[in-house]
Amino acid sequence: MLKDITLGQYFPVESLLHRMDPRFKIVFTMLFIVMLFAGNSYLTLVIGAVFVLMAQLLSHIPLKMSWKSVKPILPVLVFTAVLNLLFIDSGDTLWEWRFLKITQGGITTSIFMICRILLLIVGSSLLTYTTSPILLTDAIESLLSPLKRIRFPVHEMAMMMSIALRFIPTLLEETDKIMSAQKARGASLDSGGLMQRVRALIPILIPLFISAFRRAEELATAMECRCYRGGEGRTRLRSLKAQPRDYAGLAVCLAFAAVSITVNILR
Amino acid sequence: MNASMSDMIDVQHIVFRYPDSEDDEGNPVKSEPILKDVTLRVQRGSFTAVLGHNGSGKSTLAKHINAILLPEEGRVLVDGLDTADEANLFAVRQKAGMVFQNPDNQIVATIVEEDVAFAPENLGVPPEEIRRRVDDALRAVHMYEYRSHAPSQLSGGQKQRVAIAGVIAMQPDCIVLDEPTAMLDPQGRQEVLETIHRLNREQGITIVLITHDMEEAAQADRVVVIDDGRIVLDDTPEKVFSRVEEMKALGLDVPQVTELIWELRQAGFEVPSEIITEDGCVGVLEALLRNTASGPDPDHR
Repeated sequence: MLKDITLGQYFPVESLLHRMDPRFKIVFTMLFIVMLFAGNSYLTLVIGAVFVLMAQLLSHIPLKMSWKSVKPILPVLVFTAVLNLLFIDSGDTLWEWRFLKITQGGITTSIFMICRILLLIVGSSLLTYTTSPILLTDAIESLLSPLKRIRFPVHEMAMMMSIALRFIPTLLEETDKIMSAQKARGASLDSGGLMQRVRALIPILIPLFISAFRRAEELATAMECRCYRGGEGRTRLRSLKAQPRDYAGLAVCLAFAAVSITVNILR
Repeated sequence: MNASMSDMIDVQHIVFRYPDSEDDEGNPVKSEPILKDVTLRVQRGSFTAVLGHNGSGKSTLAKHINAILLPEEGRVLVDGLDTADEANLFAVRQKAGMVFQNPDNQIVATIVEEDVAFAPENLGVPPEEIRRRVDDALRAVHMYEYRSHAPSQLSGGQKQRVAIAGVIAMQPDCIVLDEPTAMLDPQGRQEVLETIHRLNREQGITIVLITHDMEEAAQADRVVVIDDGRIVLDDTPEKVFSRVEEMKALGLDVPQVTELIWELRQAGFEVPSEIITEDGCVGVLEALLRNTASGPDPDHR
């Protein structure tokens, strides 16, 4: 069913990582990604792995959930590994068949790549597991607010994002209804070739778009009725405030990044 | 203070039409006015139902009360403020909150309390005050336990109560509800009606309920019937609904109870005409049956 699509993948449990300021969590994630991609040795991967493990333990997110986020990218992982394995030509040749060749270097690189991607996915999914979509939107708005100076519509963008999040379940439900209605009229949605299936979507998309526009108009009126006038002079129920724990977290992150860079340079 | 200042809403001879359309050859076609000389005063703290069938102009009238639409002629005063004056816009919208038919299309945020906070946030209320208003508003509609739910997890009646809380958080003097129960199941309808009656009773909020449901209108202090852009009846529900023929001629029903009483009167029974509650009707029927039972046998009358 369409309803089963989970949005964002917020996993609400009580933990230190959940309570942290979402702005800091975004910064941590970015630092982590840079650290991971700047690193070029197994030692940096080990440092990254320790970092992820620590975050994972602090987040109280079950390992099963992390596996769930890795699963969809398994094909990509296999693809990358195979490509690296077959086309990297360095070190001793272990096996050869026509133009294909597996070398020592190829094996090390593909293992390295797999580990790096795995760490990337597991680490960055912790951000979305521990932060609700609305807090994430608020954090993005806050982090991008310096762009207001160059007239970038930061508030409007954040408002659009949160309205989109709000309407996803509503529109999914609506899609479900329209699909049932069209099926009841004899539309076959899941048979035939690719082109036929694409064409079968048209009678679903058109009513969906029309209703989405109607909803948008009504929502705009309702927002005006509640005195909406853009970001100017607007206050927030929950304003983001950095706590000592956030600065402590930042310090830990920076320490990890420093160690990782030092290892890179010393090598 | 003059008389118009003490009224919550003072609609004075308003005329409204939508912008002219064009016919197939591109010639402008003057559109028919939706509202033709409507005058209405709503007293502070009252509960007024506006009845009318589809296209009668009742929703258009509602949209004039908080300056979503402005009249072509005449004027609308909300708590003495002219809605046509740009400077009054936000004051008017804060004083007269509006709740629409479809709860899904008026909830902005992904969490109940965030949505209730939307209006005070727009008004620039300080965060601690917003927190207090949100909690009070959610308690007033009995939705406090659901404050951290997602709107998609709620029933229709619950969503509509959240929408009402979102308006209450502005601390309005008046709430205009445009067919708030039309999309709800009977239970949701009951929840919403109880909520608005309680707000009217306990917090003294003026209620204008636009509806086409006769049973809902029967519970108001006053019923205004609008037809083809004009106010045709304006009285207590008892008086309005006792004019059964007139209502039927306007294409409107009357509450079942009133219908029953009217049928009895048509059949020649001596019953009072101004009955709109079930309890009242039960009393009348009881008296009627007792008289018939103890009185002369109808066959020998």
